[in-house]
Amino acid sequence: MKIRGYLQEVIYFSIFRGSAFIGIALLFMVLVLLFLTGHSVIDWHFLTSFWQHREITKGGILPAIIGSMYLGIGVMLISFPLGIGTAIFITEYSKNSFWRKIIQLAIRNLAGVPSVVYGLFGLAVFVNFLSFGTSLLSAILTLSIMTLPWIITASVEALEAVPQKFRETSLALGATHWQTIRKIVFPAAFPGSMTGGVIGLARALGETAPIIIVGATFYLSSLPTSPLDKFMALPYHTFILATQHSSPYASSYAAGTALVLILLTFLLSLGAITVRYYYRRKKDW
Amino acid sequence: MGFKKDVHFSKNLPRLIFGATAALTVFSLISIFLFLLMSGVGAFKEIGIKEFFLGTDWNPTSFHAPSWGILSLIVGTLIISALALFIALPFGLSIAIYLSEIASPKMREILKPLIEMIASIPSVVLGLLGLLFLAPLIAKIFHLSNGLNALTASILVAIAALPTIASICEDALSSVSSRFREASLALGATKWITIKKVVVPAAGSGLVAAIMLGLGRIIGETMIVLMVAGNSRAFPHSFLDPVRPMTANIAIEIKEVVVGSLHWQGLFAIGLTLFLITFVINLLADILVHKRRSYEN
Amino acid sequence: MKKIILFSTILLVGVFVFIFLTLNQSTTPKKESLVIKGSDTEVQLVSNLVEAFLEKNPKADISVTGGGSGVGIAALLNGEIDLANSSRKMEDKELEQAKNKGLEIREFILARDGLSIIVHPENPIQQLLIDQIAKIYKGEITNWKEVGGKDEKIILYGRQSTSGTYVFFRNFVVQEDYSPEMLNMEGNQAIVDAVKADKNGIGYVGVGYVKDENNQPRGDIKIIPVAQDEKSEAVSPLNSEAVKQGKYPIARPIFQYLPHLPQKNSLLERFLRFEMSEPGQEIIKKAGFFSINEEDEQKNQQFLKNIK
Repeated sequence: MKIRGYLQEVIYFSIFRGSAFIGIALLFMVLVLLFLTGHSVIDWHFLTSFWQHREITKGGILPAIIGSMYLGIGVMLISFPLGIGTAIFITEYSKNSFWRKIIQLAIRNLAGVPSVVYGLFGLAVFVNFLSFGTSLLSAILTLSIMTLPWIITASVEALEAVPQKFRETSLALGATHWQTIRKIVFPAAFPGSMTGGVIGLARALGETAPIIIVGATFYLSSLPTSPLDKFMALPYHTFILATQHSSPYASSYAAGTALVLILLTFLLSLGAITVRYYYRRKKDW
Repeated sequence: MGFKKDVHFSKNLPRLIFGATAALTVFSLISIFLFLLMSGVGAFKEIGIKEFFLGTDWNPTSFHAPSWGILSLIVGTLIISALALFIALPFGLSIAIYLSEIASPKMREILKPLIEMIASIPSVVLGLLGLLFLAPLIAKIFHLSNGLNALTASILVAIAALPTIASICEDALSSVSSRFREASLALGATKWITIKKVVVPAAGSGLVAAIMLGLGRIIGETMIVLMVAGNSRAFPHSFLDPVRPMTANIAIEIKEVVVGSLHWQGLFAIGLTLFLITFVINLLADILVHKRRSYEN
Repeated sequence: MKKIILFSTILLVGVFVFIFLTLNQSTTPKKESLVIKGSDTEVQLVSNLVEAFLEKNPKADISVTGGGSGVGIAALLNGEIDLANSSRKMEDKELEQAKNKGLEIREFILARDGLSIIVHPENPIQQLLIDQIAKIYKGEITNWKEVGGKDEKIILYGRQSTSGTYVFFRNFVVQEDYSPEMLNMEGNQAIVDAVKADKNGIGYVGVGYVKDENNQPRGDIKIIPVAQDEKSEAVSPLNSEAVKQGKYPIARPIFQYLPHLPQKNSLLERFLRFEMSEPGQEIIKKAGFFSINEEDEQKNQQFLKNIK
């Protein structure tokens, strides 16, 4: 009986341990497969030159990289301030009422809505209703709306995690509400909030469905110089190389582009997770 | 007099600014629902709700009269959801149990972030690897002509949803009070019995929440299915048939529609349906998680 | 509460003012620009043409996007683009819609395509009749042995409904709805890749995706000669002489559509003339397609003459 129980435990525990390692193995397999298929095309030239349509071996993905960069910066500029401001209002300035709970509930759950639906929204509002057309601006705004719930949720959690004592002590010492937030509460919540923000940003950079709908292009002769210009982006470029280009090298170029993309999202996410880890350690409350 | 007024205003200025940003945000988020509704409701009116949801053929550009039934699309979404969940759930739960109950703290610190990193893999990358490697493999194993079907798509979607399920299950398991474990072990149960009969049931609603959130993620997946699910209009009969879920259908057809046409409205109606389904699932999961938290406090 | 509403209205207005300022700044053109969208069959061809054109006109700003002829035509009707690539003719109801929107659509013939039927290199089939192809894609013929091949189920590959090739093939060859079992692939290349890997597959693609400029197949793919009926000879799109003589049954012109007559000496007019010129037609041939014939050229010249 004891032996049977012990045996059961050993078997099940190996299954569980095995699952965890298979999970990690999947992660590495993705990276390895991508690397093997795509590394041969990546060199300095690939990263810094324009896309050559007729001879793709002579060209590079610079416009896609720049496009994704513009997207990332734009999304950050719009969604971070809006998201953090909203989070601060929700946690610091509003009464703990029914409405506040409802709004928080709604925001948290908007993070789970499929990205293609956000794409539809962007199409209806930014491309058509506001007539921005299929441009960088439309894409930035659409991705920002998509990232907002993520940032708000992360920031609210970070703010709520700051102990109430901090606020009470600060106010008792004579600081105003705003001073308390600015100098005590927000700095303490900043790492957690930023982590959520950066992870949300990494997710936005990797999204293809919304920008298919709202507007990346296949071929561009020059870099976008205004928000209303057309643009190229890494995820869309990977997608069309994988499904629409007829050069025999297209698969390796798709893999190369995907490799650059995944390195970008990984660096961002890993950075955010490391920062969160470091600050959690440092936290002394 | 003037002094008091100044103080009052500057005291309220931050509140006003933050309030304004919050109002702007809430406004934008409400407008998502409103715009979807406005753009799509015409379709319900003209096609009729019964025909829309129960009609089996979605063929707006048919050679003959267009048909507007999304049932085969819904079934496509259901098949992939069921299959992907079937794969991801045991997998994710196992990983969660390992991380929460078995792994040493150091192991957990290293492994948990790595599992979370899987979520950072863009879905177009998973789709690409599916096209290049998994689809031919599935074709070989099952002696099919090609590997573009529900199974291939579901495996990749399961991988995409795995971090969500594993992470939330792990949270649920580790938040079970250690008193439960201690009491069980003190009564002579083995670690495994403790996990199986005490910890997992205690984490119950948290695990259910994890499943639902994972499901939400699975239903919403677009790029993977677009690239490897085959996308044929036929009503799927098995896992090895190609499927055409709602998400892929929107992504495919949205670019060819003229603004305001019935086809446009139809696609928005599908988007609205997706929005409601995922929002409700997330909401229920959310309520579950919060009920647990207040229960524990 | 009232103050918050006031503040947020001011913020909202500020945001919109900023956006409209940017909008105005960009509508004053710093460079000449062209936005081209549409056919996936044509997207690579047109991108190649644009690239060559830009060598002589470096100051221009041109973007090309695919997605399917339906995408291009929809964008044209929505007023979003300057030139729509379409591998099918615009339908009457689309022309109606254009008229209602105040557009004066002009049609330009870009090149000629011999829509090719492809199968896996190991497939023993030597030729097919138009009627057989139609029955296959309708779903009436489901096994290769019914047309003289192996005893295996036929796997159908086709395009999405956004594709002009999808529409043309359906209206011209199949003349009925496609079998619902057909796998809807994202683009011509996706069909080629799929058929290369599928021993029992069959697909239809623009000739430029399977033929190179020397009339050889691109890579490991088998192009099936097609016969109009039992009495006619089966012709392959690789046989450029036969295609020129009009003997290939599935030949079609591929188009570009403009919303209005272009201005004289505008970027659009110069680009169209480049496409019709020797170097332009060379690029078209290099891409595997066929150059326009005399009749096509005359039709183009007809409307170009009207540009004042």
